[in-house]
Amino acid sequence: MNPAPADAILTCEHVNKHFGGVHALRDVSLWARRGEITAIIGDNGAGKSTLIRCLVGVVIPETGTATFDGRPVRFANPDDARRAGIETVHQNLALVDELTVAQNLFLNREMVRHIGPLTLLNRRGMYHEARHLLSRLSINVPSVHQRVRRLSGGQRQAIAICRAVGVGARLVVMDEPTAALGLQETANVEALIRRLRDEGVSVVLISHNFDQVLRLSDQVWAMRAGRVVGTVRAAETTGNELVALITGAGLTRKESVA
Amino acid sequence: MSVTTVSQRRPWAALLDISFWADWASVVGLAGLVILFGLATPVFLSGANIQALLVAAAILVVVSVGQTFVIATSGIDLTLAATITLGAVCLGAATAHGFGTLAACALAVVVATAIGFINGVLITAGRIPDFVVTLGTLSAVTGIGLILSSGEPVMVSSVFLLRLASGAIGIVGYPVLVAAVVVGVAHVTLYHTRFGVHLLATGGQAESARSMGIRTARIKVAAYTISGLCAGIASILLVARIGSADPTINTTLLLNSVAAVVLGGVSLFGGRGSILGPVFGALMLTALVNGLTLLGVSAFYQPLAVGIIVVLAALVMRYQQ
Repeated sequence: MNPAPADAILTCEHVNKHFGGVHALRDVSLWARRGEITAIIGDNGAGKSTLIRCLVGVVIPETGTATFDGRPVRFANPDDARRAGIETVHQNLALVDELTVAQNLFLNREMVRHIGPLTLLNRRGMYHEARHLLSRLSINVPSVHQRVRRLSGGQRQAIAICRAVGVGARLVVMDEPTAALGLQETANVEALIRRLRDEGVSVVLISHNFDQVLRLSDQVWAMRAGRVVGTVRAAETTGNELVALITGAGLTRKESVA
Repeated sequence: MSVTTVSQRRPWAALLDISFWADWASVVGLAGLVILFGLATPVFLSGANIQALLVAAAILVVVSVGQTFVIATSGIDLTLAATITLGAVCLGAATAHGFGTLAACALAVVVATAIGFINGVLITAGRIPDFVVTLGTLSAVTGIGLILSSGEPVMVSSVFLLRLASGAIGIVGYPVLVAAVVVGVAHVTLYHTRFGVHLLATGGQAESARSMGIRTARIKVAAYTISGLCAGIASILLVARIGSADPTINTTLLLNSVAAVVLGGVSLFGGRGSILGPVFGALMLTALVNGLTLLGVSAFYQPLAVGIIVVLAALVMRYQQ
């Protein structure tokens, strides 16, 4: 096994999850270092998404323990994880097309002001904060008053990531953030993810794209058929080795755990 | 709103943008009708007629505001007019049984609000489409009104209601004031509260709203309850206006409320709302009927004219951004 390093922000051990007769996660243990981009790779059905959903409280595993920031945690729902400082950027982004960029950034965390007995939105404050947040992360959108519907796929992804960071998340979990994007937009989102790391935000990233994983991440975990089959530093591996890991062809490195 | 950003850059450019006309269809339509009728029959623009027009529009305005909240969640409240009738029947029955006018009015509002609440609960807890639930309660509520009243209208003679219908502060009639207060409160609720944003999020993409932790079922129930509340207020205005509670009254309020909301630029698919838009839509429909009446056009032509206007408006709405 790979014991978790002292600077791990997130660890999980011996996680098991069945869906009916399917053993979706088999004794999975993994960790992510603070301030790093940790990638999880694997074929379709390898259990990546299920693992992520367990980590952020969407799915409750049958067994297993987890720690976040050194403390044992047990998330009963996504709100628990959110309160602890873990934000998830889902594949569907969870944006509302008809609302503006600023409204989406503050959805369900609206800034309010109290006027007598009334609790009203602090719209000016939110627009100001939204502009500040977008410029801090160098995200290009025409206006925070723009409806999200009119944004490109990359801009929408950036807004969803920005929203996760905006509430002070210390760990952002992303499920295939560039799966639906073109080349240029993928590059923009990758640059944004690097900026998050530069700001000290830890990132856990699910990806199919080995080139992207090698470009972007610090640590790579490979999954196959519900198991973690190995972990490597991205700087010390190659695309071929990653392919070997997730397909199970020629496990030679000592990091591999069968 | 996209219109404001465009107009900030080049004020005149907004006029060339068809989405501008789509967003402001009800205002432009109202202005057009006022000019048209004003030229055709000068009586239309007389103070007395405008006063009468606003009073006549008050009920439709209140109902359209209620309908707006429901449609903004991508629902539709088909029960609205039946709820108003039942509220009126309750008001009449309570008065006939010796209750004070205020108690009777309160009863009407409570009953109507409860119907809205029940609609919301049936839709969210029962997971039944809005259309089906409110179609069912439309029939059920109409039936309850007939049973309670044995189908007989009840005269309601109350000084309070008489004053409400005919009194005025200056030139502004009390019904207009009531409608204005409803509009003001609704506008603040939709645009300046967290509930308003959550309502639009629920109507726009319920899935996204849920994953951001918004309790969409509660929002939906609240929207229907607000719709019921507006129906209750409208039932008081209706009884005050006609002086009796008639369980068989067949108003055009339901279809006209949906028409006003559509004219007001609120998407029937939800997520996009406005209060002033439907208010202008309601004023426009009332002005249309008023003007045609002044011109001596047969009342039979009015539904036809309303229908044409609504379909035309829907065509323009396609260019909304």
